[in-house]
Amino acid sequence: MGIEQKTGNMGIVTTTLEQVVNWSRTNSMWPMLFGLACCAIEMMGAQASNYDMSRFGMELMRASPRQSDLMIVAGRVSRKMAPVLRQLYDQMPEPKWVIAMGDCASCGGVFNNYAVVQGVDEVVPVHIYVAGCPPRPEGLIHGIMTLYEQVKQEKITTWR
Amino acid sequence: MTEIREVTVEELHHLVSDRAQNGETMLLNMGPQHPATHGVLRLLLELDGEIVVNAVPDIGFLHTGVEKNMEAKTYQKAEVMTDRLDYLNPIGNNLVYCLALEKLLELDVPPRAQVLRVLLAELTRLGSHLLWLGTSALDLGAMSVFLYSMREREIVLDIFEMVSGQRMMTTYIRPGGLWRDTPPEFEDAVTSLLRLTPRRIDEYESLLNKNPLFLERTKGIGVINVEQCRQWGITGPVVRAAGLPYDLRKVRPYSGYEQYDFDIPTATGGDVFSRYLVRTAEMRQSLRIVEQALRKLQPGAVRSNNRKYVPPPRSELSTSMEAVIHHFKLWTEGFPVPAEGVYQAIESPRGELGVYLEGDGGPKPLRVHYRTPSFSNLQIMPLLSRGHFIADLVGIIASIDIVLGDTDR
Repeated sequence: MGIEQKTGNMGIVTTTLEQVVNWSRTNSMWPMLFGLACCAIEMMGAQASNYDMSRFGMELMRASPRQSDLMIVAGRVSRKMAPVLRQLYDQMPEPKWVIAMGDCASCGGVFNNYAVVQGVDEVVPVHIYVAGCPPRPEGLIHGIMTLYEQVKQEKITTWR
Repeated sequence: MTEIREVTVEELHHLVSDRAQNGETMLLNMGPQHPATHGVLRLLLELDGEIVVNAVPDIGFLHTGVEKNMEAKTYQKAEVMTDRLDYLNPIGNNLVYCLALEKLLELDVPPRAQVLRVLLAELTRLGSHLLWLGTSALDLGAMSVFLYSMREREIVLDIFEMVSGQRMMTTYIRPGGLWRDTPPEFEDAVTSLLRLTPRRIDEYESLLNKNPLFLERTKGIGVINVEQCRQWGITGPVVRAAGLPYDLRKVRPYSGYEQYDFDIPTATGGDVFSRYLVRTAEMRQSLRIVEQALRKLQPGAVRSNNRKYVPPPRSELSTSMEAVIHHFKLWTEGFPVPAEGVYQAIESPRGELGVYLEGDGGPKPLRVHYRTPSFSNLQIMPLLSRGHFIADLVGIIASIDIVLGDTDR
């Protein structure tokens, strides 16, 4: 802007509705406050002072699924927990995204046994898988950034 | 997979009082997704207005089948599972497992490894208490403490990453010693932590100790006395806050804890505030032990020389045929363990963490059972919360410091 502002001409920005909405969605995505196991501690680490996820518009973790856009499945999902997880997902309003954080949520991880769901994608659709046991906070933030890239590519015809 | 369905009060008659049956009290579900339950604890609350009549914990939402899974793995591989039990105390879980195995095999541990084990176990305690302080203050509405305490926790995690390459699930302690020696910059990192942290603990205390809101919500809340603790098998900071100086590091020392000079902090109130006081004092004591351990640290081997149980160093593999054979045998077949049972317990940040290990003469355990402090301490939840406001429940859950991975296993 700069010079146009000084000369009194505020200028016009032309863009598409698609781009504007996608941009605003990526910059105020509220994750659900939903920790399951070890990964939840690293998720808290990503929220705290050293990694500070609020730089990416995520300072608000909503405890209620009805106010959140993003579900970070942080930890192993047991068979007892799976229906609860599904219900929480169903309670989230559209548009909604899911990140499977860590090996357990992605594929069962080291727990290949009777108690653990072998990947949360058996229960809910997953957009991003973050590898690691547990992933570092940087890993989670990278996953979120990758999700943002995905959201920015969304088309107006496929919006939910 | 089970379905979620609505239940009637009649179906819950064994859990609730008669007053709930005729609608006098209200039943409320809390969790498993709740910001204050520190994981996936579910509580069935019976409320008389705002007053909690009863709180019945429903556990198992994080049941992982760790103990059963360990039976299908060799002893070395099974150790990886132990990290993920109590994920705030991974080093302690490794330590208790290795101590039990060493007791069963009569395996020696070099002195440098002993000192490093104590040092790292105390750093884990510090890290765990820091996280506890942050989250429990957050639950009671003091947000800034969380941001500060997580900052210090990162320093502890950086040290773990430095020695093992992993921030949380280190598997650094192995049967017969440690995985490898510490890097050269380790001692400087611990020294700078020792210089920094006491000042920071003062900072937290200045934020909380005279904070009227914090005091109001913690003093006289969730009181338990020593006698009740004994009856319920409660250990750790909860029993010490009630006034009993019971600490396994003094009562049944392991890894050479008897050589260190430290106090067992106690309080007399037995309430939430006393537990806060005990844990903050414990952080200082942990730093004291770390300081002494650092002074004790002498160069030397960190792994036992017993090649039947401990793999040979990498450098020997290209020169010694025997070393290659040992390496091959250990990593393909594992080592046989006599058909005996052994119980070993350590003082985890939450209380007595014990492991019962039974071999069957082969390379895989017959039974591994963890006696976890979170599970035992969770039992007093109904006792502590009866008669308090529902808002105080949050502080009470936080003050027992449960880790659901530890409870459900």
